[in-house]
Amino acid sequence: MSQMILSWSLLVAQVMLGLAMVGPLWRVLRGPRAQDRVVGLDTLYVTGMLLVLTFGIRSGTVLYFEAALVIALLGFVSTAALAKFLMRGEVIE
Amino acid sequence: MNGAADLPLAVAIPVAILLVLGAALSLIGSIGLLRLKSFYERVHAPTIGTSYGLGCVLLASMVFFTVLQTRVVVHEILIGILVVITTPVTLMLVTRAALHRDRLEGNPEAPPPVPRTPPED
Amino acid sequence: MTQRAMRWILPHPILSTGLLLMWLLLEQTLRPGPLLVGLVVAFFGGHALGLLQPERMRIRRPGLILRLAGRVLVDVARSNLAVALVVLKPRPERHAGFIRVPLALRDPNALAALACIMTATPGTAWVEFDLEDGELLLHVLDLVDEGEWLRIVKERYEQPLLEIFQ
Repeated sequence: MSQMILSWSLLVAQVMLGLAMVGPLWRVLRGPRAQDRVVGLDTLYVTGMLLVLTFGIRSGTVLYFEAALVIALLGFVSTAALAKFLMRGEVIE
Repeated sequence: MNGAADLPLAVAIPVAILLVLGAALSLIGSIGLLRLKSFYERVHAPTIGTSYGLGCVLLASMVFFTVLQTRVVVHEILIGILVVITTPVTLMLVTRAALHRDRLEGNPEAPPPVPRTPPED
Repeated sequence: MTQRAMRWILPHPILSTGLLLMWLLLEQTLRPGPLLVGLVVAFFGGHALGLLQPERMRIRRPGLILRLAGRVLVDVARSNLAVALVVLKPRPERHAGFIRVPLALRDPNALAALACIMTATPGTAWVEFDLEDGELLLHVLDLVDEGEWLRIVKERYEQPLLEIFQ
């Protein structure tokens, strides 16, 4: 019984998170402006991290946690670098 | 689903609710990113996902692994702290960059900079 | 003398404790080996921060911190609902806008905490802060009454932060 509840709720959550990636993906591809693309990419990172966490619950191993942590860190660094690029036109100065 | 079969129902139901709630919140944030009209409005949408959307999924994961492994598993808090601290930094950088670009282009949507009185000698 | 020794070992006790906790959470154990490595990380982390010469952080009134944290949790939940409604059921009369809030806060740590609160709340976004004249530019998604928002920021968040950090 509890297995059925969990696997169905996981399925629903994963489908919703998958759909939640459409909005940011649209903003990354279509903009309209560069800052929209950056915010889209940042949201894409967070949603992807949530999806990885749900995969972790499905598989019952804590290994996915590390992947989620790395995604969160990379998302932060890349968004910060992109924002700096928008501001100055270059990352390294 | 290893070992989830012997999870008590009283744990499985809250975990399921938290999971669906978290995913639904980030889906709403994503819809907001699509629907809202201007950039400054769209900046608000993803913070639904990074506040309670993330919180719900992390809490579900913590409860699930704590019961499954019969020991306290709270390392998900680290992701929570990391995201709570880094989201303001990234969003602030992006909005400031957007403001800077809009002001350079003379976009009427952006508020003008504070008029500064020149320093007196 | 003992106080000076403590200062030397732990120049930034809060940071060092945080680092040790983070290390133990990552290792997920209390065995002596990882604990020792964590203590070393905490020691060097505190001294590395000392090289950056941050202002010494003084935190008062831990009870108030807890009250503020609870208030923020409730407010963020409420704001989540409000923004979700705005997204799902757009109202034509809603308008977003910028407001300027004059702040009395100057302590960088307190400002960082306020920035975290304002950004974590989905209805408000921190846009720009001018340290010279202490004016904060906020973007509010559902701007009904400007004075109401000013009051929320000043009284609900700034006042407790002023008491905690200064």
